[in-house]
Formats: sequence, structure tokens, C-alpha cells
Amino acid sequence: MQPDVKLADPAKRSMLLTALYIAQEQYGYLTKDAIERVAKRLGLPVTDVYSMASFYTLYRTKATGRYVLQVCEGLSCHLVGGADRLVDYLCKKLRIKVGQTTEDGLFTLQTVQCLASCGTSPAMRVNDALYENMTAEKVDELLETLRGYHV
Amino acid sequence: MFEKVLTRNFSLPRSETINVYMANGGYQALPKVLREYPPEKVIKTVTASGLRGRGGAGFPAGRKWSFLPKDADVEKYVCVNTDEGEPGTFKDRELVEKDPHQIIEGTIIASYAVGAHRAFVYIRGEFFLGVKRWIKAIDDAYAKGFLGKNILDSGFSLDLSVHRGAGAYICGEETALIESLEGKRGEPRMKPPYPASVGLWGKPTLVHNVETLANIPHIINRGAKWYKSIGTPKSTGPKIFCISGHVKNRGIFELPLGVSLRELIYEHAGGMAFDKQLKAVIPGGASTPMLTAEQLDTTMDFESLEAAGTMLGTGAVMVMNEDTCMVDAARRLMRFFAHESCGLCTPCRTGTQRMLDILERLEHGEGKPGDVERLEEIARGIQGLTFCPMGDAAANPVLSGIKLFRDEYEYHIKNKRCAVAASRP
Repeated sequence: MQPDVKLADPAKRSMLLTALYIAQEQYGYLTKDAIERVAKRLGLPVTDVYSMASFYTLYRTKATGRYVLQVCEGLSCHLVGGADRLVDYLCKKLRIKVGQTTEDGLFTLQTVQCLASCGTSPAMRVNDALYENMTAEKVDELLETLRGYHV
Repeated sequence: MFEKVLTRNFSLPRSETINVYMANGGYQALPKVLREYPPEKVIKTVTASGLRGRGGAGFPAGRKWSFLPKDADVEKYVCVNTDEGEPGTFKDRELVEKDPHQIIEGTIIASYAVGAHRAFVYIRGEFFLGVKRWIKAIDDAYAKGFLGKNILDSGFSLDLSVHRGAGAYICGEETALIESLEGKRGEPRMKPPYPASVGLWGKPTLVHNVETLANIPHIINRGAKWYKSIGTPKSTGPKIFCISGHVKNRGIFELPLGVSLRELIYEHAGGMAFDKQLKAVIPGGASTPMLTAEQLDTTMDFESLEAAGTMLGTGAVMVMNEDTCMVDAARRLMRFFAHESCGLCTPCRTGTQRMLDILERLEHGEGKPGDVERLEEIARGIQGLTFCPMGDAAANPVLSGIKLFRDEYEYHIKNKRCAVAASRP
């Protein structure tokens, strides 16, 4: 039987966003199992939880590399020669296309919308960290540092 | 010279800490309010100051407060909107990272004025440092007795907590923010009823942008008359402008509302980079219609920008030089709107995608005759037909772009390439 959402404690459902973050942290991404567990714990239909996971862009429903590189493709990043150039450079350097993961499982490349770093563009995020005023040299340095953790 | 108000502590080391905030006059408005001001007097003072919302809509703050029911038995909430995501805007992130206590003090005063005992910070999921700064600041405010039960022995209690969003621009819209706080998809609600009567969990709720709240302690400390002396009669107070794009000095500039676009760009942002000519300006973030070089004497306040056919929005100025292809700029903006449309209203969901398809086609030299008219038709078919203002926002870059640079669009169709690129040697 499906639990009646209307009767559920409203504050309990408010924990859903946080619960999905925790599940994502534990599972690496939101697997079917992770979503079902969150649904069970909060007494919500699985479809409701999945619908949340697919609505918000920070939830991942597919496996990614250890580091998710998110390049901002907003107008302010583009105007200063960011976005395209940065993405092209990363594609060449990592030998992957946008949306793909490197063979060693270290890097996934994505493009994202405005990161609110328009005054310090081009900008990109690596997992939770923000990198601003990016150049090819800085990208090289960054990739080298991250690779260094996994030698 | 204009004396900075909201960003006055930004250059101090450790400006985000409670000690630096308190050493520079912080948390003095709160005890004053709790001791000397009945809630009605706070609302009266804020109304008299003329403060208008800084999140985009510019609604008078005092009036918004007065819409909440006065009945003490009714549970009420305050939401602090830190879901900054409008392309071109980066002021809220700086406010939270560099001086969060100013916002907390404003939030406590606002909650006291409307009779709320529970407040929520809703912060954009991408702002990882911001989340950390919020949590630390709130902890410190609790430790000093500015939050929690019986604040400063006044009998007034308030709890404040942080909720992290998960990547959805639309959650900056107040009813979508409320939905998201309730643990739902960030799909805006039909208005009315407005959140002031039916908001979070169906209770009256006040939702404010962080910059709006940051103004409150200063209004209390220095008075409504002082506040009104800054800016224009209808757009009072200081404003944090964000400048990005083709200028020498990008960044945030706190100036009185009513500063001219020319002064903002050529004096404060150092003028155009590489001495190029200015071609177009987006004055208030991606949602606001563009202006041209001939309109630089327009002043940056709610009424003047409205008269010029655009909006102050978030005060995010995006400057584009002569080498910018306006079709490409519109395509970039439309990618944003197509991605961020929540999908609830058909005109916005389908319209943004259809406009993006056409703009991509134009950019790749595959434009067809009639595409410009088709873009206009789709854009007009969204305006006014969606639950929230994002539909109108998505139509703006296309409609204003075509109005000002129609020849560039036609050139793309006729010559299968860009007029700007073609004019280069």
C-alpha cells in the first residue's frame, strides 16, 4: 500500500533534499536501491523520491568519475573567452566528450549553468570546490594535482 | 564620495566572523529594536525608508511585511533567499561569504516585526563555502544569545536553520523556494494567494533576498531619513551592482541607486577592456531586456530602467563589446532558460526549447527564412501565460535582442554566418 503523502508529517518530507544528499554521499550516486531506502525511511512513494532526484541537477542518477568537472557555460564566462575554450581544452586533454568519464574513472566532464562567479569568470566546479579565472595553465595544474592523489 | 553601507566590512580580514561584525557596529540594531521598538514601529520605519526588494522584483519591503496577519496565534515563517542563480549576479554569494551576520541581524529584526519564531535560510546547493559560512555564523549567533529562546531577555524567540538547495534556478522564485523547502520539486505556485497569507506549510511566510535583509540593521541604526537620503525618491538606499563581461574591472560595486550606467561602467568598472566599443548592456541579469550604447545615460534605479523598457532586476550588469554576436549571446541565455525551466507551464517548457532550437540553427548557419518572426511569435506566446515570472524572463533576451539587432539575425539567415565575424579582417 502506498503511504498517504497528505497525512505524512509535513516537516518530515522537508528532510528529503538532505536525505538525498546523504544517500548520494554513501552510494556515490542515487542508485535504485538508494532511492528506495530514502523513500522507505521518509514514508514516501518511490516515484516521488525519484521525481526529486531527477528534478534537481546536483543529484546524480548515473555513476560519475571521482571528480566531476563542471564548466560554467553562462554568458559572462563566454564573453571573456571561457566556456567553449575551457570545454574544448578539457575534452582534448582528457580525451572525452562532455558527459563522459575518463577510462581511469577519475574525471567526468559536464557543462553547467551560471555558477555566480561572473566577476571572476571563466569558472568551474570540481565536486564542491569552485575554481575561478580559469586558464589552460590553471586547468593543467588542477588536473595534475587531482591525479597526484591517485598515483 | 559615497560611503559604503552593505559592503563596508568586505575588505577587513575575517570579515565573516561575529567578532569583526560586532567590533564594527554589528548587533546594535537588534537590542535597540527588542528594547525600544514595538513590531509596528519596525514595520513603519522600514516602510518609511522606502526599501524595495533586491532580489529582482523590487517590491516595497515594509508593505510586504504589513501583509502578514498580525494575529499572534498564527504561526508564521521567514525565509532567507540565498538561491542566487540569475546569470550575471554574484552579490548574494559575496554577502554571505563576507558578512553573513549583517543578514542574520536583519533576519531576526524582520522575524520580530512580523511575529515569526522560525526562520529558514534556503541556499543554493552549489554554494559550498556559503553553506559553511551560514552554519558557522548561525552557531555563533546562537552562542551570543542573538538566536534561540528569549533573545537578549526580550521574551522574543527565534530559531534559524540552513537548508541546502540542490541545483534549480527556479527555487529563487519565492513560491518555488517554499515548495523546495517542503521537500518537493521547485515548481512555482499559482498566485494569489501570496506567501504572506499562504506560504510554507500553508502558513503566512515572508520571503526576502539576502541583500534586502542586509539593509535592515542599517535602517534601524541610522534611521529611515538617512536611508532615504541615498538613491532616488522612489528607489532609495545603496545597491550592490555586479559587473561582468567586457569591462576592465569586473566585480561588485556598492553605489546609491540612481547611478548612471555610464558612470558605473566607465568610472567604477574602469571602462571597456582593450578599448573596444560598447555594443549592448544587460542591466539587471539575464532576465532583463538589453540596452544599447545610446542608452548609457539611463540611471540604475527601478523607475528609470522601467521607463527605458527594461528592469533593474538584480542589478547585474553584463557588458558586451562590438565583437559580440547578438545571436550567439541570445543562444547562450536561452540555453540557460531552457535548462532551468521547471517544466510546469507548457508555454515556458516548450517555448524555451523551441527558441533554443531556432537560435542554435541560426548560429550554425542553418537558419530558415521566417525564423526571426517565429522566434518573436514563440516569445510572445510565453509572456504572461506562466505561473511565475520566468516565462517572461525567457522571452526578454530574444524580444529585446531582435528589437535592437534585427539586422544581425537576418544576416545569419541570409548569409549562413555571423555579421560580426564577417566584419573582422
